[in-house]
Amino acid sequence: MSALISPPAPGGPVGRLLRSRLAAALATPHGVDRYLERFNPMWAAHEVRARVVSVHRETTGTDSAPVATLTLQPTSTWRGHRAGQHVLVGVELPGSAKRLTRAFSISSAASAPGEQITLTIRAHDEGQVSAYLVRQAQPGTILHLSQAQGEFTLHESPATPTTNHLLFITGGSGITPAMSMVRTLLRDGYDGHAGRKVTFLHFARSAEDQIFADELAAIAAADNGVDVHLRHGDALFSAFELRRLVPDYRETDTWLCGPAGLVELVKEAYADAEGVLAPRLRMEFFKPAVARAAQSADGAELSGEVTFTRSGASAPASGTSLLEQAEELGLKPEFGCRMGICFSCTRTKTAGTVRNVLTGEESSLPDEEIRICVTAAAGDCHIDL
Amino acid sequence: MSIDTTAAPADEKYHGLTAEQIEQLGAELDGLRQRVLADLGEADAEYLRKVVTTQRKMEIAGRALFYLPVIGWVPAVACLSVSKILDNMEIGHNVMHGQYDFLGDPAFNSRMFDWDTVCPGEQWKYSHNYIHHTFTNIVGKDRDVGYGILRMDPDQKWHPYYLGNPLYAFLLMTFFEWGVALHDLEVENIVSGKRKLADNKPLYPGLMRKIRRQALKDYVLFPALTGPLFPLTFAGNAVANLVRNVWAFNIIFCGHFPAGVASFSEEETADETRGHWYLRQMLGSANITGSKLMHLMSGNLSHQIEHHLFPDLPARRYPEMAVEVREICERYGLPYNTGRLHQQLFSVFKKIVRYSLPGGTAKPAPVRGPGAVTDDSLAA
Repeated sequence: MSALISPPAPGGPVGRLLRSRLAAALATPHGVDRYLERFNPMWAAHEVRARVVSVHRETTGTDSAPVATLTLQPTSTWRGHRAGQHVLVGVELPGSAKRLTRAFSISSAASAPGEQITLTIRAHDEGQVSAYLVRQAQPGTILHLSQAQGEFTLHESPATPTTNHLLFITGGSGITPAMSMVRTLLRDGYDGHAGRKVTFLHFARSAEDQIFADELAAIAAADNGVDVHLRHGDALFSAFELRRLVPDYRETDTWLCGPAGLVELVKEAYADAEGVLAPRLRMEFFKPAVARAAQSADGAELSGEVTFTRSGASAPASGTSLLEQAEELGLKPEFGCRMGICFSCTRTKTAGTVRNVLTGEESSLPDEEIRICVTAAAGDCHIDL
Repeated sequence: MSIDTTAAPADEKYHGLTAEQIEQLGAELDGLRQRVLADLGEADAEYLRKVVTTQRKMEIAGRALFYLPVIGWVPAVACLSVSKILDNMEIGHNVMHGQYDFLGDPAFNSRMFDWDTVCPGEQWKYSHNYIHHTFTNIVGKDRDVGYGILRMDPDQKWHPYYLGNPLYAFLLMTFFEWGVALHDLEVENIVSGKRKLADNKPLYPGLMRKIRRQALKDYVLFPALTGPLFPLTFAGNAVANLVRNVWAFNIIFCGHFPAGVASFSEEETADETRGHWYLRQMLGSANITGSKLMHLMSGNLSHQIEHHLFPDLPARRYPEMAVEVREICERYGLPYNTGRLHQQLFSVFKKIVRYSLPGGTAKPAPVRGPGAVTDDSLAA
């Protein structure tokens, strides 16, 4: 059966039929994709999935946090992306079979619908998804994707040329969205010869840890109006140095992406006397890490702050269930059995550490669904409530 | 935590177990739950996906076979019936219990899944997961005791209306999916004045949307797609829905209505501990013995006792857990109500007929093992 039907082309008759109201009405209540995926994971009418085409190690040496570039072939439902956007990637981890979803910037140049993209990912010690993608993903692995999202993008395009100077300041794996932008500019012939200058200032821990080292060297060597400045080791960002590279940086379109330390220093440089940031500075935020609770060996001592992000209410972690804590704050979350069996009170914990009061199990996974009637804070945590 | 130890009837109902023994029972069941919870993983995901693949293939085969005039009709109805039964029971019921929420897969998330019946999953989850599973067999609180239309317990006051018990049960069996859908409107509470008609207003749009979609699919679009075979396809889809209705009704009625299943009063259960809750679930449910295929087709609700003890654990784990639960029951001198499908059905049938008339007494359940809890049996 599978040999007879090729993947539906998005604009083709099959694709149009699969997305039609008729198909939806016939497939109710499950939806067309729930049938297609049973036959071939690369067939989709609405959802986006991708097959890993290749995995390429970016950094040399035996770094504890290696970086790899994954080339992905998305399903025909992929609508393409603008340079600088990110995508949510869902993976089913072997063993637990749990699907975890994380955001990653796309490192390849802007893509058209259905085109291949690349993700460049650092395997963090605590990042289960990034570690899996870098160390275990293989050609053929299927990933779940969202459409591209985010507004940290390049507005310039060959269709609307300007003579604006463009400045990218990045640190570590924060280089990926900027790389997508520079690759897009160069691919589309948008270089220094057209009277536009690009300055790329990047900070990496070491030369061995430098992502895209060869490509950056080639870009720097070529006659293209792109200046590449790489800083390795202990070199810290300084406004003094930036002023030397780009004297009017506060009036220059700037894209900033990197670790919190770098972001803070750059923000200071772009703030005026009242602390207002120059409007030309664009930043990509990564989710701030929530501190793990300081707990004594016997687990008795508890510190931390419970924040209900939707209402803005917060209280010190008390050890009682999050449902009770929310109610004490005057919130009225939905609930049912209050004993963990009916799932009426399920909410998303966006960040932080919680403990299941029935099992004692602790979890620090971001964006995790929890039953707040049987879950207590085990440190700082953010609940979507 | 306060337990009224002077009340003799309650003591009898709990088979003479002391408060400490009931808490010990709870701890043992918690331990079992914990062990299975820690072991959940790929095997459970694979099993679910395999069942879903089978169901989807059955459905596609069923829809396709209607194009084969005459000889295709019976196999088409058979495939579609199996598809609907799998979809509603082993997949729908269990997924919407949150049993597979741990996978993090939106396709199998209890908040996103909906099943192939006219009852909107959203509304069913409230009356089933919350009301029925929390207040199981508490007469006056659990609306699944008689579903608001039948008299299934001596503690339900008799009324001449109940002379129609067998007829109502037959109609409920025939139109079961509609009965399940309308269950959430709590008509009996509106009649008795406990609920206002206006309380149902928010439920109508979701209910009507679901009914429209299901009817459009089964009774308009798929029949129309078979062209001149429209009437045959229409009838076939209706029969498949009927087969599912009859099967689901029979399995579900064996869950809490066979003789020996205990019911409870609101007073008895006012100050329940977790141990008491476990005990009530055990005494208030009944199993069906049978083949692996029977367990699959019943969505493992043939393990109603285990399902009520651990409603959020994947149902495929119930058979393995049943071995331990049964052993625990024997040690604590508790009944473990189980029997072949026809035995349990006959027992339910007798009850439906008996309680159509006034009076009636609850039959005690037989106890296996030593018959009473002793220090020796608990130490074992």
